[in-house]
Amino acid sequence: MPGRSAAPAYRWIAVLPPLALLVGAPLANRVHLLVFGVPFLLAWIVACVVLTSGVMALLLALDRRGGEPAAPVAPAPGREID
Amino acid sequence: MNPALLVIALFLAIAFALGLWARRGHAMSLEQWAVGGRGFGAIFVFLLMAGEIYTTFTFLGGSGWAYGRGAPAFYILCYGAIAYTISYFLLPAIWRYATRHRLHSQADFFVLKYRSPALGVIVSLVSVAAIVPYLVLQLKGLGIIVSETSYGVIAPWAAVWISTAALVVYVTISGVRGSAWTAVIKDVMILAVAVGLGVYLPVRYFGGYRPMFEAIEHAHPGFLTLPARGMSASWFVSTVALSALGFYMWPHAFASTYTARSEDVFRKNAVVMPLYQLVLLFVFFTGFAAILTVPGLKGADADLSLLRLSKLAFPQTLVGVIGAAGLLTALVPGSMLLLTGATILAKNVIRPLAGWADDRDVSRLARALVPAIAVLGAVLAIYGGTAIVPLLLTGYNLVTQLAPALLLSLGERPIASRAGAMAGILAGEAVVTALTATGATLAKLFPSWPSAITDLNAGVVALAVNVVALALVSAVTRDPRAASHATS
Repeated sequence: MPGRSAAPAYRWIAVLPPLALLVGAPLANRVHLLVFGVPFLLAWIVACVVLTSGVMALLLALDRRGGEPAAPVAPAPGREID
Repeated sequence: MNPALLVIALFLAIAFALGLWARRGHAMSLEQWAVGGRGFGAIFVFLLMAGEIYTTFTFLGGSGWAYGRGAPAFYILCYGAIAYTISYFLLPAIWRYATRHRLHSQADFFVLKYRSPALGVIVSLVSVAAIVPYLVLQLKGLGIIVSETSYGVIAPWAAVWISTAALVVYVTISGVRGSAWTAVIKDVMILAVAVGLGVYLPVRYFGGYRPMFEAIEHAHPGFLTLPARGMSASWFVSTVALSALGFYMWPHAFASTYTARSEDVFRKNAVVMPLYQLVLLFVFFTGFAAILTVPGLKGADADLSLLRLSKLAFPQTLVGVIGAAGLLTALVPGSMLLLTGATILAKNVIRPLAGWADDRDVSRLARALVPAIAVLGAVLAIYGGTAIVPLLLTGYNLVTQLAPALLLSLGERPIASRAGAMAGILAGEAVVTALTATGATLAKLFPSWPSAITDLNAGVVALAVNVVALALVSAVTRDPRAASHATS
C-alpha cells in the first residue's frame, strides 16, 4: 500500500486503549474490590472508555496540526481539503 | 387504554409525524431514501450512528444481562470503545471510496473492490442473514415494552404484531431522514431515562451504589467478577475482540457512513462516541438494582427486569415515558435494519440475478420487501425463545466473517484474490452456521482441553477457518488485474 509507510509514528498511541481493555480486563477481574462504589472491573472498563476518547482527541489534534508534511493516509483522488 | 400505553402511542404518533415532515422537499429516489442524499454533517451522522448502535439491545438486553449474568454484561461497554478506535482509520477510507463511486450498500463496496458481482451476492446474503436476528431482537424488545406497559392487557405475541405493523408504517413513510430526526428525540429521551433510572433506583432501594453492590455480592458471591469457567476472562476478551471487529461490518452501520458529508465527521465521532457509550453504565446499574428488588426472572425473562422494576417504582404515566424511550430505541435501529435489509435484497441479490436495469424497479421492490422481512422477523420473535443478547451475538458471528476480506481490500488493490475472499467468507459462515445450528461450544467438543481455550467465543474458530481458507485460495488463484501487484 503506497503512502501507508509514511504514517506518522504518533499514531501508535491508538493501540493503548484497546490494549488496556483486552489485556487489562482479565487482570482487573482478579481484584475483588469496590472502587467509587462500583466493582473494580467495571471501574477499570469505564476508565479505559474515557481514555479512548482522550486518545482519539489527541490523535485528531496531532493529525490536524501535522497534516502537511506527511499525509496521514494514502491520498485519494476526490478527497476533500479540510 | 391505560396512561402508560397512551404516552407510548403519543410518542409513536410524533415519530410518524416527524417521518412525514422530514421527507418534505426531497424527491424520494433510491439514493434519497437510503442514504439521505449524502448531505449529513457530523451531528446528524453521529445521531444516525448512535441511533443504530444504542438499541433495544443496550436498553433491555444490557440491563437484562446485568440482571441475569452480572459481570459478563460489561463486555457490551468494551467492544464499542475498540470499534471507535478502529473507525478513526477505517471509516474515512471506506467513505472516500464509496463517495467517489456513488455506492449505496456494503455489498457494492465488495463488488467494485473485487470486481465480482458474485461476491456481492454472497456478501448481501450474509448481511441479510445477520440482519434477521438483529431485527428479531428489536421486535422482541418492542413486544416486551408494549405488553409490559399494557399491564397484562396485550399478550406478548399480539404486542409483537402491533410493533411490527408500527415499524413497517414508520419505514414506509420516512426512509432515512425520518430515522435521523427521530434519533434526535430518541437520544435525548434515552439519555434522560437511562441516567435517571440508573441514578434513582439504586439510591431509592439501596441508598447508593456501594450498598447495592455489597448487597449483591453478599447474596450472590462472585456475581460481580467474571467466573472462572464459562463466561470467563477468555470468553470476555475473545467476545470483545470479535464484536469490535464486526462492529462496522454490519451492513447498516457500514452504509450509514455513506451519508456523511466529509470524512472528518468520522474522526470527530471517534472522540465523542466512546463517552456517549457511558450511558450503558446506568443501564447496568438499573439491571443490578433489579436483582434483589424483582428477583426470579429466569432465562430470557431477564430482559423484562428494567420494566418490571420501573413498574414497581413509578406511576403509570412515568412508566409510559420509559416505555416510549424504549420504543424509540427499537424503532430507529429497527427502521434502519429493515431499510438496509430490503435495499440489499432488492439491489444486490435480486437485481443482478434478474438483470434489471431500471432504478425505479429496484426502488419499488425494496419498498415491497419491507413488510415481507418484517413479518419474517415477527414470526421468529414470537416463536424463538432466545434472550436478546445471544441473538445479537449470533448476528455478530455471521457478520464478523466479512472483516478479513474487507480489511484486505482497503489498499489500492485487494491483497486477497476474488476466489480467496469468497472461500474465506463461505468457510467462515459454514462454521458459524454449523455451530449455531448444533449449539456446539468448544467446551462441549473438547471437554478435556483447558478452559482458557474452550471458553473462547466459538466465533474465533470460524474466523480462523475463514482466514486460512482465504489465504490458501488466494495463494493458488490470482486475479488477472492484480497479477502485477507485488504484495499479493
